[in-house]
Amino acid sequence: MFPWRKKTFSRGVHPDGNKSTAGSPIRRMPFASRMILPLAQHIGKPAVPLVRAGEEVVRGQPIARANGFLSVPIHAPADGVVESIELKPSARGPWVESIVIRVYEASTQEIRWAEPRDLDALSPKELLQVIQDSGMVGLGGAAFPSHAKMTVPGEFAIHTLIVNGCECEPYLTCDHKLMREHPDDLMQGIRIAMRAIGAGRAIIGVEDNKPDAAAAMRARLPADGAISVEVVPTKYPQGAEKMLIKSLLGIEVPPGKLPMHVGVVVNNVGTLTQLGQILPAGQGLTERVVTVTGPGIKKPGDYWVPIGTPMRTVLEWAGAQDVSEREIILGGPMMGQAVASLEVPVTKAVSGILVFDRRHIEAPASRRSYPCIKCGECVNVCPMGLNPSMLGMLAARREYDLMSSDHHIGECFECGCCTYVCPAHIPLVQQFKVAKAILRERVAAKAPAHESGERFDFGAPPTHGRKPSVHPD
Amino acid sequence: MTQPLRLELRTAPHVVKGTSVERIMFHVVLALLPICAFAVWQYGLSALALMLTVVATCLLTERLFNRLSSTASTLSDWSATITGLLLALTLPPSFPLWMGVVAGFAAIALGKALFGGIGYNVFNPALVGRAFVQAAFPVAITTWVPAQFPGRFSEFVPTTLTAPLMIPPDITAWVKGHVVDGFTGATPLARWKFENQVADFGDMLSGVSAASVGETSALLVLVCGLYLAARRFLDWRIPAAILGSALLLALLFHLFDPTRFPPPYFVLLSGGLVLGAVFMATDMATSPVTPLGVWIYGILIGVTTVMIRYFGGLTEGIMYAILLGNALTPLIDQVTQPRVFGAGKGKKA
Repeated sequence: MFPWRKKTFSRGVHPDGNKSTAGSPIRRMPFASRMILPLAQHIGKPAVPLVRAGEEVVRGQPIARANGFLSVPIHAPADGVVESIELKPSARGPWVESIVIRVYEASTQEIRWAEPRDLDALSPKELLQVIQDSGMVGLGGAAFPSHAKMTVPGEFAIHTLIVNGCECEPYLTCDHKLMREHPDDLMQGIRIAMRAIGAGRAIIGVEDNKPDAAAAMRARLPADGAISVEVVPTKYPQGAEKMLIKSLLGIEVPPGKLPMHVGVVVNNVGTLTQLGQILPAGQGLTERVVTVTGPGIKKPGDYWVPIGTPMRTVLEWAGAQDVSEREIILGGPMMGQAVASLEVPVTKAVSGILVFDRRHIEAPASRRSYPCIKCGECVNVCPMGLNPSMLGMLAARREYDLMSSDHHIGECFECGCCTYVCPAHIPLVQQFKVAKAILRERVAAKAPAHESGERFDFGAPPTHGRKPSVHPD
Repeated sequence: MTQPLRLELRTAPHVVKGTSVERIMFHVVLALLPICAFAVWQYGLSALALMLTVVATCLLTERLFNRLSSTASTLSDWSATITGLLLALTLPPSFPLWMGVVAGFAAIALGKALFGGIGYNVFNPALVGRAFVQAAFPVAITTWVPAQFPGRFSEFVPTTLTAPLMIPPDITAWVKGHVVDGFTGATPLARWKFENQVADFGDMLSGVSAASVGETSALLVLVCGLYLAARRFLDWRIPAAILGSALLLALLFHLFDPTRFPPPYFVLLSGGLVLGAVFMATDMATSPVTPLGVWIYGILIGVTTVMIRYFGGLTEGIMYAILLGNALTPLIDQVTQPRVFGAGKGKKA
């Protein structure tokens, strides 16, 4: 709307990109001998198993069904036999109910369970059903069911689909490569999503450190002009929904509201590319692209990894034989989750596996922590306009209610910019995560029993029954 | 089974920018060194001895309070060193060393340790020390010696080595014997205030007039501050707000009555305005954190300084102006909280 407006958001940080894997093409990873598929890989209710131990499954076959609206099915990633349905370690720590499949050695990469269909013949409502049946979730890391994200309540009219190709987390390159190598699938996915949400136009936002991806997509834009590519400055957390909407449209989503409130739906490029691949073919989501990199990896790169592949197999294939004393991070280094066990599988939410060696983890650990010297750097970088310095002091005193009522802790989406810059080495965002969790507990304790029974334990505030309003990528 | 695997577990973010409190403070010390060196060039042995004494006192006091509170030594964070250097730079070169010890002890003990140490202090410790000795030793702190007096590298100013708890001797005669010509024993500010004499622009910029140890060359202080600001170890907005508002206000007064009020450059370059604006008001712990608050704080200090100089009983106002700014910092922070993303813009969308 203002041509002189710089296409970015206020504040943020500039961590080293470390995107050394960007040059090579995506490679395919072979099947592990045993696949582990947690029933809860998405935000919402865990899926319900459709198979029993001892049953044979083929690649692409649904092995668990969605449990209600906010839930998605799970598909077998390979031919094999269901070994058990039991508790297995998850990335977040707790052991979770998982389907374990022993993979047949003869299993092929071909997807055998599929029913191709003519998407154009479907109504938007039927389209959403098909999307749910595919098991698709936000592949940028949020794992929010895609059909739920695209279900627009009647009071909202969506004018724009924003396609998030920022990939602002350091090290990660999986979205970059999908944009470069599969622009046609992406355009197909965008068309599907636009029809599902009723948007007239789509804007693909990509950071300026990926000119080849922008060029590849521009070369494949449809002639009718409904889809455009916009290059935005490289800055973390550009890939957070609210930041990207601000950068591309100049609109700020009000606190506590969703992008829908300003007529926008945001989807990740990875999600839409794979949707464009599997939906016309009538397949389920059985694999995803994962960036495997970091100083502890011999063969870094981006791989098509079958969902359910244990971390151990991925790391061995990528040439990290001995990972003891290392740190293994799922996702990017700014928001990713360190895992405690190599049994943890690659789930739908895993965009990257990062292995940091001693040299990279020694430094932060040995850093001495000081009291806040009120340098104000955190205030200068917080993309949400919060005062992390003040919030940190309140958190240290456990004034959680004050953090919420007077200092808007609910708006924090845990991007980590404050901790990244803090010269006193105060674990700010870590304290905020604890504070938010405690506040959620308090809200839940006050809510009537039937509502708290509906809660799901995936970090989503129970108030909306929707995803956290912002998430990076 | 393989042997138990030990993996590192940390919460995000797993990468950090790599700045640290020590790094910031160390660079402030580095930036102060040229100013200290210039002070030694100007005032010789007495200034050197005073700086060493005050810094040593600050460090020992800091260590003493570490002991008393059974905490690890905090000397390595350089903050006590900065307090010592800054404090010494605000004292007259003739200041007796034993009074320097009192100032250093007051700065760390009353200004910092009693509040809980680094980060918790409300007032700039160096200025607390200076305010303490200004009240305790009003004569000694307004006794000036000329810059670049002959023999400054071979002898002390007589007052420097005053025995502890003793009143320093009167040095009027000594100054007369050492003076170039026309030295009045007053700073440019005092000469303006009491004799209505405005010092020469060039002299003030390069710093050959009488003043506190580190107040003489505004230009050098500015250059050192620019280095810190360029390395992002100092918030440039604070000195900009202080100097800008002081300059503007002085200009208005000067236009109003040129005979009564000095030209703006005089206000900028005299006394400790630049030193205070660049190195003292920018003390992170005692200045606001919010972007708007930083400007309000700076303007408040600039305006107060000029008002004290023009209408108060003191010749110099920067110290009390900064202390006032420090006191108001929590309030300023409170009322200038940043705007939360999306707040107040809901309708426009």
